[in-house]
Amino acid sequence: MSAIIDKIFANATKFIAIGVLLLVAWIFTVLFEHSLESIEAFGFSFLTETKWAPNLEKFGALPAIYGSVVSTFLAMILAVPLAIGVAIFLSEIAHSKIKTPVGVSIELLAAIPSVIYGMWGLFYFVPIIRDIFGGIGISMLTAGIVLSIMILPFMAAVTRDAMNTTPDILKESAYALGGTKWDVVKDIIIPYAKAGIIGSFILALGRAIGETMAVTFVMGNVHKISADLTQPATSIPVTLANEFAEADSGLYYSSLFELSLLLLVISFTIISIAKFYFLRRKRIGQ
Amino acid sequence: MTHTQKRIITNKIVMFLSTLSALVGISFLLWILSILVINGIDALSMTIFTNGGAPPGNENGGLKHALIGQLMLFAYASLFGVPLGILAGTYLSEYGLKSKLAETIRDISDIMMSAPSIVIGAFVYAIVVAPSGQFSGWAGSIALMIIMLPIILRTTDDMLQLVPSTLREAAFALGAPKYKVIIQVVYRGAKAGVLTGVLLGVARVAGETAPLLFTSFNDNFLNTDMSQPMASLTVTMYNYATSPYEDWQKLGWAAAFILSMFILTLNILGRLFLLKKRGK
Repeated sequence: MSAIIDKIFANATKFIAIGVLLLVAWIFTVLFEHSLESIEAFGFSFLTETKWAPNLEKFGALPAIYGSVVSTFLAMILAVPLAIGVAIFLSEIAHSKIKTPVGVSIELLAAIPSVIYGMWGLFYFVPIIRDIFGGIGISMLTAGIVLSIMILPFMAAVTRDAMNTTPDILKESAYALGGTKWDVVKDIIIPYAKAGIIGSFILALGRAIGETMAVTFVMGNVHKISADLTQPATSIPVTLANEFAEADSGLYYSSLFELSLLLLVISFTIISIAKFYFLRRKRIGQ
Repeated sequence: MTHTQKRIITNKIVMFLSTLSALVGISFLLWILSILVINGIDALSMTIFTNGGAPPGNENGGLKHALIGQLMLFAYASLFGVPLGILAGTYLSEYGLKSKLAETIRDISDIMMSAPSIVIGAFVYAIVVAPSGQFSGWAGSIALMIIMLPIILRTTDDMLQLVPSTLREAAFALGAPKYKVIIQVVYRGAKAGVLTGVLLGVARVAGETAPLLFTSFNDNFLNTDMSQPMASLTVTMYNYATSPYEDWQKLGWAAAFILSMFILTLNILGRLFLLKKRGK
């Protein structure tokens, strides 16, 4: 009797686990199938065409791709130095009495939903940008800054974790030789934790590029490529969030599905590079 | 200037800069947090919990519809997502071990944990909303469940692996079949850890907005029928905050405050469980 239950239990768990793999494959297939109409209509020019005009049934993704790349790039430029600073502060400078509360609050802030960062951006940050740069304040620049603040806690927490993997004995040896804190950070911690630190940045990049709510509030969803960062713009997730529920034709839907597929492929690739190349999985308890 | 002096000065500059960046980062985050608390508490009142949505300009608008909608979307997502995630995690830790299949499932789940959630919304739109012809609570729950699954799967896997193998061997030596060993020994040993994983998984999903925008959509009135469009705190927050009406914006802040407090509580509870376990 229990041999049968044993078999059922083993197979049921296996079935569900394999189900997770099939689900991911299913997601790719469904998105691809629904993109077909748009792929057939526009082919490769979907990626290079700058005109997004639903009323004319013309869909070009370049403004959204451009917006995703530029806003994420801005966010990374701003967040990376801050995250390194916070991580060095937490791992080497802060007194242990400050270290834990600050570290924990940063981790808790990483758990605050991105829609709240977006709301803060809309009500408190947009007016500041408007006052400084003119215009309406809803812009690529605002999106980049809000995005950088949203990924900062996550980035700082994982960078600190990567830095903390440096064995104490290495650091202590360097201090014993008369190294300053900066010497230890630069010559011991960074070389030791390099892969982990770069991996965390790329992982944060993967998250930032797919982030929707933090930027939807402040980007404006305007399909225009402009070198002026204070102009409204759009990105792939912003387009999806604004237009998906309102699309009214097969080709319109199909173009949005192609954008989703594109976003999934881009973030899947970035996250895979971070995970497989830089962050080999550490098993707890081993 | 000697070499040593130069090193000391460089050190001071770098230490100053990184303390400064920590201060900048933390003050931004404190800014957001204080705005959330100030606006949230300002907007909170009993009527928020007892009244449903109202047209703009009506002073008596509340969030009851969104709170109930949110709870229902979550209850159903967790009802399926949590057990499925735990069972799949059990396979990885207890049967799959280091096999190629198990490792692939781990890798793919790790990636899915960071994948853009709005894409999951698009997927659910294609398989549920489009065929049924309407937005529905079910579609929202399914999207949340898909997002929850890899998180719970991976934490369960990690937490079960923490249970010492000697415990399993002792139970096997007594002649217990494997499923009994898993249920009565491994699960019991990893209870606090798995519970933490579930809490953190639910907390992660609680703030999701993007995948609900075009699955459960929204409804400004109370609806408990899962086959109809349903309000959630997050989508309501988005719609109210982007509306031009001041009283709606205020309700948006109240929703933001309630949701953040809920998520922070889950996170803190999860941490306490882990601490308690380590303390033993």
